[in-house]
Amino acid sequence: MAELETFYDVIRRQGISRRSFLKFCSLAAASMGLGPAFAPKIAHAMETKPRIPVVWIHGLECTCCSESFIRSAHPLAKDVILSMISLDYDPVIMAAAGDQAEAALEDTITKYKGNYILAVEGNPPLNEDGMFCIVGGKPFVEQLRHAAKDAMAVISWGSCASWGCVQAAAPNPTQATPVHKVITDKPIIKVPGCPPIAEVMTGIVTYLLTFGTLPEMDRQGRPKMFYSQRIHDKCYRRPHFDAGQFVEQWDDEAARKGYCLYKMGCKGPTTYNACSTTRWNEGVSFPIQSGHGCIGCSEDGFWDKGSFYDRLTTIPQFGVESTADTVGLTAAGAAGAAIATHAAISAVKRARAGGTNDKSE
Amino acid sequence: MTIQPDPRDLAVHEEPSHAHHVTSVYVYEAPVRLWHWINALALVVLAVTGYFIGSPLHSTGGEAIEHFLMGYIRFAHFAAAYIFAIGFLVRIYWAFVGNHHARQLFTLPLWNANWWKDIVFELKWYLFLEKEPKKYIGHNPLAHFVMFFVFTLGTAFMIASGFALYGEGAGHDSLQWSTFGWMTAIFPNTQDLHTWHHVGMWVFVLFAMIHIYAAIREDIMSRQSMVSTMISGERMFKDNRP
Repeated sequence: MAELETFYDVIRRQGISRRSFLKFCSLAAASMGLGPAFAPKIAHAMETKPRIPVVWIHGLECTCCSESFIRSAHPLAKDVILSMISLDYDPVIMAAAGDQAEAALEDTITKYKGNYILAVEGNPPLNEDGMFCIVGGKPFVEQLRHAAKDAMAVISWGSCASWGCVQAAAPNPTQATPVHKVITDKPIIKVPGCPPIAEVMTGIVTYLLTFGTLPEMDRQGRPKMFYSQRIHDKCYRRPHFDAGQFVEQWDDEAARKGYCLYKMGCKGPTTYNACSTTRWNEGVSFPIQSGHGCIGCSEDGFWDKGSFYDRLTTIPQFGVESTADTVGLTAAGAAGAAIATHAAISAVKRARAGGTNDKSE
Repeated sequence: MTIQPDPRDLAVHEEPSHAHHVTSVYVYEAPVRLWHWINALALVVLAVTGYFIGSPLHSTGGEAIEHFLMGYIRFAHFAAAYIFAIGFLVRIYWAFVGNHHARQLFTLPLWNANWWKDIVFELKWYLFLEKEPKKYIGHNPLAHFVMFFVFTLGTAFMIASGFALYGEGAGHDSLQWSTFGWMTAIFPNTQDLHTWHHVGMWVFVLFAMIHIYAAIREDIMSRQSMVSTMISGERMFKDNRP
């Protein structure tokens, strides 16, 4: 196996002296509350721990995950790509193209067998043998299977890789399929969102590097540190929800005052993501803060759950889509009418039969 | 079909020698009756507050600090939900220790051909195709069927989905989440869980409408008491014919 560049190598390559490096290790130990004896251990780890090679492949997607990723501020995307990981293949941002690029992929897979991380943006379409997405002359699903075979772990970037997203929305003509349904024998970290928050993406990469293990994940395979709470739980408009103060129309006084967008169909109460805490673009804002409800882009099948402006899923019936309340009210009305009719017929029948239970006793 | 009072019912009530003169049987024991009415009240609170959680009242004005309307509505919903859920647990307990009628909500005599025949009979009775109804001490087979599939299973679903939704807010380290969070394995996007919980409310509204109508109608038209039975526990028969 080829030598992997260690963190120490990178630090030295960037012109930092060994003296500064050792100072950093002592400081790191102190800041983590560890004794002086740990400074050499940290130095040892930095000197020996290799930079993790990452292979980033693209299936059916819109590249919004990459667009988000390169906007990460903490840490900066350039630090992640150039210092923290060894991004060996990513057709979107790599300099090489064509055969050269494909060769880089093969190189990494063979050289770092079982030691690299496979990041998947987008998903494979399975219909027509995968012909709806061709990469390097072959169906993407083949590249995915090939690259996943020797990967240490798989990161499913975005809602495409995690759930299927828009290309898997009904009727899903290309049979676009999320990664975990194609790759079943590798640990998969789902980082849903359309796109995921930049800092969430780099945060997960940083976690993998720092601890060398997968982060703690929830029942659906999402890292708990970013996806264990709903937007609603940490929304700065939550006090308006509890007070019963809602925007009723996009242009009303309540909208200007920044009341809760619940009645406008905000999906914050059913969406697990870090938008209301981490926010976007260096913490500048997030959808609710800019006055629009959450559309639940990090949730499973969010395209197929009806309007972005309804909190409840529309229920298809007889070819017409309807909300739960319409169905309920219609059913209750029908039942009420049926009961009234039934009661009337019962009364008539009883009157005809003689009114009372004369024949009894 | 002749009505043969269960000896277990008579033992507590009348001398066995009077069995053929029995006009009243003690069916619903006090805990069952009490549960029935507490549960009914809880359901009314749950349906009304639940509806207003789904479709909130018109917005209050002023500052958020001056109001807590949604908070109170949600509190009432959650408090009633606990009464509903704990009541259901107590009711299950009573099915074990109470009389055999207390078990009717939880058991189905699926292999009893007569039971199925009587379901058809009851359907015909409700469709005005039978002149005279039969006598039953407990629920009639059709009511029994509906009670089990709509009420018992419906209650279980509402409790499970409700506590899973509650657990979302209470956090993933909460008791509610650890006991009912598995519901999200069935509904990965909890928007669907909200939707089906909401549909469940309408199922209970329909159930209550039909239940109340049927009870009053049967009280008038059938050969046994209905409404007063859930108050006194006594099933009274209007005639002595089988």
